[in-house]
Amino acid sequence: MSARTVQRLMMGFYFVLFFGFLFGPLLVMAVTAVNTSQYPQVLPFEGFTLDWFAVLLDDRNLVEGIRNSVLIGIFVVLLSVPLGLAGAMVMTQIYARARSLYYLVVVSPVLTPGVIIGISTVIFWRDVADSIGSESVYDGLFLATLGQSTFISAYCMLIFLSRLQRFDQSQREAALDLGATHTQVFFHILLPFLKPAIFSAAVIAFLSSFENYNTTTFAILADKTLTTVLAGRVRQGTTPAISALAVLIIAITLAGAVLYEVLRRIEQRREEGRARAAAVAERAEFAGEIAPSAV
Amino acid sequence: MTGLRGVLILGIPVAVILAFWLLARWERRHNHDPQTPSFVARNGWPVAVFLVVAVSFWALVMVVLPQLYMVDFSFHLKLPPSQRGGPRDVYTLENYQYFLFGSTRSTANWNVTHITAFWLTIVVSMCITVLNFLICYPLAYFMAQVGSGSQVRKLMLLLIIPYWVNELLRAFAFNILFGTSGVLNVILVKAGVIGSPIDFIGQDVALYSGLTYAYLLVMMFPLYNALESLDHNQIEAARDLGAPWWHVHLNVVMPFAKPGIASGCTLVFMLCAGALAAPLVLGGPKTLWFTPIVYDRFYQAFNWNQGSAYAIVLLLTCILFVMMVMRVFRVSLSEITR
Repeated sequence: MSARTVQRLMMGFYFVLFFGFLFGPLLVMAVTAVNTSQYPQVLPFEGFTLDWFAVLLDDRNLVEGIRNSVLIGIFVVLLSVPLGLAGAMVMTQIYARARSLYYLVVVSPVLTPGVIIGISTVIFWRDVADSIGSESVYDGLFLATLGQSTFISAYCMLIFLSRLQRFDQSQREAALDLGATHTQVFFHILLPFLKPAIFSAAVIAFLSSFENYNTTTFAILADKTLTTVLAGRVRQGTTPAISALAVLIIAITLAGAVLYEVLRRIEQRREEGRARAAAVAERAEFAGEIAPSAV
Repeated sequence: MTGLRGVLILGIPVAVILAFWLLARWERRHNHDPQTPSFVARNGWPVAVFLVVAVSFWALVMVVLPQLYMVDFSFHLKLPPSQRGGPRDVYTLENYQYFLFGSTRSTANWNVTHITAFWLTIVVSMCITVLNFLICYPLAYFMAQVGSGSQVRKLMLLLIIPYWVNELLRAFAFNILFGTSGVLNVILVKAGVIGSPIDFIGQDVALYSGLTYAYLLVMMFPLYNALESLDHNQIEAARDLGAPWWHVHLNVVMPFAKPGIASGCTLVFMLCAGALAAPLVLGGPKTLWFTPIVYDRFYQAFNWNQGSAYAIVLLLTCILFVMMVMRVFRVSLSEITR
């Protein structure tokens, strides 16, 4: 056996271990969701059933939790995408001396444990509510949205920043030379250029919000979301119904993630196609320019 | 007290915006280049107003003020609403004292449970960070430097799919695997390897492997991104010069991937040390982990002030870790969060 074969075998062995570790637990969980036994187990496989999925439909708390999770997700997208965009635009314009401090402030939520963001949000807004004498801001959905947006806006900002770095400033100048106002440049040049980033940011924001537990469990107060209901169930005890729920949630998130990936690739290909077409057009123009002199 | 806080909440944002405006004016007066238009002119005033309002709301009202407020809160005692702002509402270290000594009166005994949990959390999180790096490095290297385009695309898809699976569900999957009548025990007993089921959860095996599992992919993506930009010729050159494979990795590949390694390590450590779902689901009765203790300060002891003090201890630890990583790897914050 040559050294190369040994190396290949080792690599293959590592791949099997890695992906076994990655998918094994999830597959085991999926099998327990369709086993008839009362306790989530794979062996012995007593029989195939979908009853555990039916149990879920009767669960009021769960339905309410899902509704809240979706609502919060939508609010988070509506809040963090504009905040992230503003954050990224200010980052590219702020004068150099203030940039590092500004960067530290807006990126720190990414490096802060989620529980701490949840705690500080709740404590702060509880006293804001006391100060202004109105309980309306001390509301679970509102606080969960704010708490999650604190760090999700930073994710969005990082996405916008990487896109803005590729922005060709000459487009802006061309538009200004043609008489556009700065506001028009923003709406007709910059926003269309940022469209793929806006899409990415919105999807990532929604997914991050939907699956967040650490921040939400503090910020949600007496309300419930899917993850807090789930946490309660999981702590109470293990039944195959939770496996069934897990399979459903994973299926939904996966559908979302795969759809996003497909759309993103289509967009990428379209953009590459556009760039190629532009290059061809440019070359044709160039050829047109030199052709007369050749004749 | 409430009045003062109200002033702070409204005053700090206004003061910061004013300070920035003054700085901007100063900057313009001193090295003004007539070619560059002012901030408002460059964006048009509707967009400029949007930018200022959005960024100040986010940076100040959502990020800075709540954190400062939590610090202030942790130095106060838990008081009924009627006594807030009264003579008993003074600054005190008692909440931190409780963390160290387990009592607000005597300093005779250390608060062994909480302090052990704290150190254990840090040490285990560091071990898991290193372990995750070791597990991820070969695959990240393969995808970035060895694999062909279509191979990499397929592997990426395989990685992205489990990335979005919720932390709670990952923990639950490990609960099924490691429970006393869980899959692993059933298999081991049936196979005759062990006589009676092993209490994996009580021994914290389940928790530690669950945490390793939960944050594996958080390490993978930054690592891959960093390795991908390395010019393969550098590796070839090192090989041609006779470097053994481990020299190539230690002296060429890893130094180049430093920002990615730093980024992955910070994120994994932070997520581990701040993990709440996994310890709640996979922790046995005697399991020690710091985040659930913080959680209990809030929802078992109902002492939010003390909980804030604990949260700040955790926050300081994470800040220290980030600073340490920046120092050891000699990278900047923007390289870590890229």
